Amino acid sequence: MARKSQALTDRRSGAAHESFLRHRGFFYLKYAAVVSVCAIAVYALTDPTPRHNGGTWLGYTLGVVSALLIVWLTLLGLRKRAITAGRWSLKGWTSAHIYLGLSLIVLATLHTGFQFGWNVHTLAYALMMIVIVSGAFGVYFYATIPQRMSDNRAEKSTEQMLEEIAALDDDLREAAQPLSGENALLVQRAIERTRLGGGVLERLRTSHPQCASGRALAALKAQRGGSEDVGPVTAVLERKIVMLERARRHIRYRALLELWLYIHVPATFGLLAALIAHIVSVFFFW
Amino acid sequence: MRSSARNVRGHVVMAPISVDLAILGSGPAGLSAAARAAQRGMSHVLLEKTDHLSDTIYKYQKGKHIMATPGQLVLRSDMPFEAGKREAVLARWDGEAARARINVRLRSDVISVTGQRGDFTITLADGATVQAKAVILAIGTAGNPNRLQIPGGDLPMVQYQLDDPRAYFDEDIVVVGGGDAGIENALGLADPDLGNRVTLLQRGPDFSRAKPANVQLLEQARAQGRLDVITDCAPRSLEPGMMIVDAKEGELRLPCKRVIARLGSTPPRKFVESCGVAFTGPDREAFPRLSPAYESSVPGLYIIGALAGYPLIKHCMNQGYDVVEYIAGNTTLKPADEPLLEAKFAHVPVRRSVDQWLEFLRTQIDIFRELSPLQMREFMLESDVRFYRKDDRIITRNDVGSSLFAIAEGTVLVEIDAANPNVTVPIGAGQIFGEIGLISGRRRGATIRAGGDALLVEVPRSAALKLMGTVPGVKRRIDRITTDRMLKTIFGGDIDQVRLDRILDAATLRTLKPQEPLITEGEVGYDIFVIRSGSLVVEKRVGAKNVFLSYVPAGAYVGEMALFDNGRRNATVRATVNTEVITLPGAMFKELLAAYPNTAKRVQEQVANRRRVTDYVEAQKAGFSGVVDMYTSVADFLVQEGLGEATDALLIDERLCIGCDQCEVACAESHDGISRLDREAGHTYAHIHVPTSCRHCENPHCMTDCPPNAIRRAPDGEVFIDEKCIGCGNCQRSCPYGVIQMEKTPPKKPGLLAWLLLGAGPGPGQASHAWVESQLARRASEAPKVAVKCDMCKGIKGGPACVRACPTGAAIRVSPEGYLRVARMAGAES
Repeated sequence: MARKSQALTDRRSGAAHESFLRHRGFFYLKYAAVVSVCAIAVYALTDPTPRHNGGTWLGYTLGVVSALLIVWLTLLGLRKRAITAGRWSLKGWTSAHIYLGLSLIVLATLHTGFQFGWNVHTLAYALMMIVIVSGAFGVYFYATIPQRMSDNRAEKSTEQMLEEIAALDDDLREAAQPLSGENALLVQRAIERTRLGGGVLERLRTSHPQCASGRALAALKAQRGGSEDVGPVTAVLERKIVMLERARRHIRYRALLELWLYIHVPATFGLLAALIAHIVSVFFFW
Repeated sequence: MRSSARNVRGHVVMAPISVDLAILGSGPAGLSAAARAAQRGMSHVLLEKTDHLSDTIYKYQKGKHIMATPGQLVLRSDMPFEAGKREAVLARWDGEAARARINVRLRSDVISVTGQRGDFTITLADGATVQAKAVILAIGTAGNPNRLQIPGGDLPMVQYQLDDPRAYFDEDIVVVGGGDAGIENALGLADPDLGNRVTLLQRGPDFSRAKPANVQLLEQARAQGRLDVITDCAPRSLEPGMMIVDAKEGELRLPCKRVIARLGSTPPRKFVESCGVAFTGPDREAFPRLSPAYESSVPGLYIIGALAGYPLIKHCMNQGYDVVEYIAGNTTLKPADEPLLEAKFAHVPVRRSVDQWLEFLRTQIDIFRELSPLQMREFMLESDVRFYRKDDRIITRNDVGSSLFAIAEGTVLVEIDAANPNVTVPIGAGQIFGEIGLISGRRRGATIRAGGDALLVEVPRSAALKLMGTVPGVKRRIDRITTDRMLKTIFGGDIDQVRLDRILDAATLRTLKPQEPLITEGEVGYDIFVIRSGSLVVEKRVGAKNVFLSYVPAGAYVGEMALFDNGRRNATVRATVNTEVITLPGAMFKELLAAYPNTAKRVQEQVANRRRVTDYVEAQKAGFSGVVDMYTSVADFLVQEGLGEATDALLIDERLCIGCDQCEVACAESHDGISRLDREAGHTYAHIHVPTSCRHCENPHCMTDCPPNAIRRAPDGEVFIDEKCIGCGNCQRSCPYGVIQMEKTPPKKPGLLAWLLLGAGPGPGQASHAWVESQLARRASEAPKVAVKCDMCKGIKGGPACVRACPTGAAIRVSPEGYLRVARMAGAES
């Protein structure tokens, strides 16, 4: 076995089988921690007059570093879309993005010298915190959802799930042939009005009481033992509901993995604008 | 000539035809030959089975782009040909055939060819005969469809091909034959929109010959009542409107307006042999034995084109021209590929003519001696001549390489000790090396350098395999050399050659199918098995379960433990993929160990290692942990997914995958806008997902039948398709993992910033089909479809983009040893 050397790709840095959180043995976590601890130590050990703020040498340094960091963190969006040649690893970028982004909580807060007010400066700070908190949710979802999503989808692709549901609709149509007008209408509604996905809230919901298929099943089940044999239809409907639940969970997971970005990204652009206003105004009134 | 066959379209004229030259088959080769004969004013007839010229190309799907590779080969024919749409190529040939006054006889199905030079008799299915002085067979390799041999089987309602299922509606149709063709036709006809009533008949109880995907679709359609399927049945007779079928339940009478019979086809070899032509061997790959002038073993009977082993249109057309010139007595004609060969020898500091070179190599190199001059010529077109100075490095240990080298002059030195390059074994003129890489697909086992000035022939894998297939002697020689060197590598190079020769004489070669056991636990046996190609897994039965012990790749050996256990096998060894093993008799092996204590020591070390693993499993038997269970089942899963034959595969750890499809986006961005992987498709087990993506197999299935030899292996092991691809789709059909697509190259997209800031173009990743088509429609020239597959980002700095672009580290690429690490990890963490 030793006669064959390892695949080239195995040896490349960043290609090792580690998650984005553990990348290179938590390198960026350690890096961010050291920077943060140093910043706190310097902050604690110096006593500028009149007090800590953004204008002291420490505050100025922290401000410049934080501003550059914010710009660099924003560039992740460009990095992931520009697939250029070279030894970069998006996992490495993500790892650095997370830990260095979290270190901003320390760096930027120390930069403020804990001076807050109703002004553009605090607006920039608040937007930054929104970006960081939304990002922390993102990290939480990225770390916890994939495994559940994998279990739920059971080797099926999104397309296959939809195809299966469509195939069950065909079966439903057939099974409903002998039914009376009213019951046939219920089944027809289950086929035509069952909806998957939709708006943000719809995608995040865990229960779907309005689902046309669910309602049809409940109505038909209530008639069991009645004049009409609804057994074949309810059997198909039950299978369809199981499939629907799986598909809806899939949609929900995907939504959770994506929706935090709808806060994170716009807030980032707001932050950039506020940051420019902050910097310009500081220099203007200096 | 008494009757002009040109006048017989549609009519059967029984008067015998007498010509100098009869050409069978009107494909590119036959057509070109006929055009040359017409140009020369020879009396000739071109016999075509169907009612149109060039049936193979005629049957291509509408609008298919036909390519003209190899680009560097000059076309020498009286018929024109350039790349273009099927319709354009066919129309041009039809027009040209009429203009050149080629004497065509359509609907002339040849039943037999008898006689010799100067006096051939060709009998046709319609009863007519043709007398000819010389015959050219250019019938290709498509063969004849098997006919429905029942009363009424010749009724016009029976057809053997279905061009467009949408041409039939509201009909009772019976499809006979449950192969892929039959199933696909039946499904097409059973589309509910068409309203056909379709019945599929299958002789056997199931559909073992068809692809699983097709069988699944069929079962689905049957469950939905879209068509009827009758298995275990045979058609008995046919009458207008009715087919009578023998089924399990008894006689069935099926209403039937049309019968589509898809019963496979008979390869043309039988027919060719019935003409008296000898082949190079009994195997399927064998070709007719031919002289340099394309003359077969029957004097006056010539064979050209695909049947002679040349599947490319340009080759065929050139041969058509050449063969007629030869028949007409032109002996000074040089083949059209002469300049290509001249270029191959140009850099060697010795001057010889091409013919002298070919003769020199053929007589100098052992394995080429059995080649005919024609085969030697064809063979050199695919190979390269290399000249090395003393100490030039030829191959390097652990490099990927599957070509075979033959030494024409000089000596090479094999560095058998990786640590000390001064320890070498020479290989002399006339010999070969590199054969282990060729056969097993594994990396090179040793560095080899030139011992002085050396002249070598490098034979690429495809050409070497073709050579082994056509000349049985070559295969036997290479097999023996391979076994000899494998044994020396494994057991040490100091073994006495006489003793080794005895073992080699007794050694036998065995082929295993996937999952087939080589050794079964508990049985008695002493034989030793050396793995020549493929790989094996070793398992032990614990309680009711098989526990995975180890993975044995090509180049290693198994079975030695029994020598120390009184012949009792203590584990089961199974093949993971198609595997070739060399069986060595245990008694001889025992003698060998007795005579060579060093070898014995090495074997004992291996036994001790293997025993430790077995003993550990034995000891754990009682409270066997879930960890090992998991390890075994993950290893099983990976082996089932074909990773036993992979060299580097993409895996996705679904505990990390957020489904962002960045891997696909990156793939498309790195390769002309087409993603070569499908993340979501493929199987998953214990959160390890094997997406639809190339595994870069050790012995790639896709390479087996590539007419222009466009699929190759790069120095780092990547299997890739180069620009010679003609879009035939053979590789797509050969790949068992479905990783090859046939696609048009999409147009260039606007840049990233233009998209980000201005919204121009479709953005990063694979563009939608609609966008690509809308852009392509604006172009004047058409875009041909070519085969597209992963090339592991060959030549792109940084390596595979799918891995680099994964934001969470879910996408990993691993080698076979790596899979087991993955399996162990999954076992430990789950």
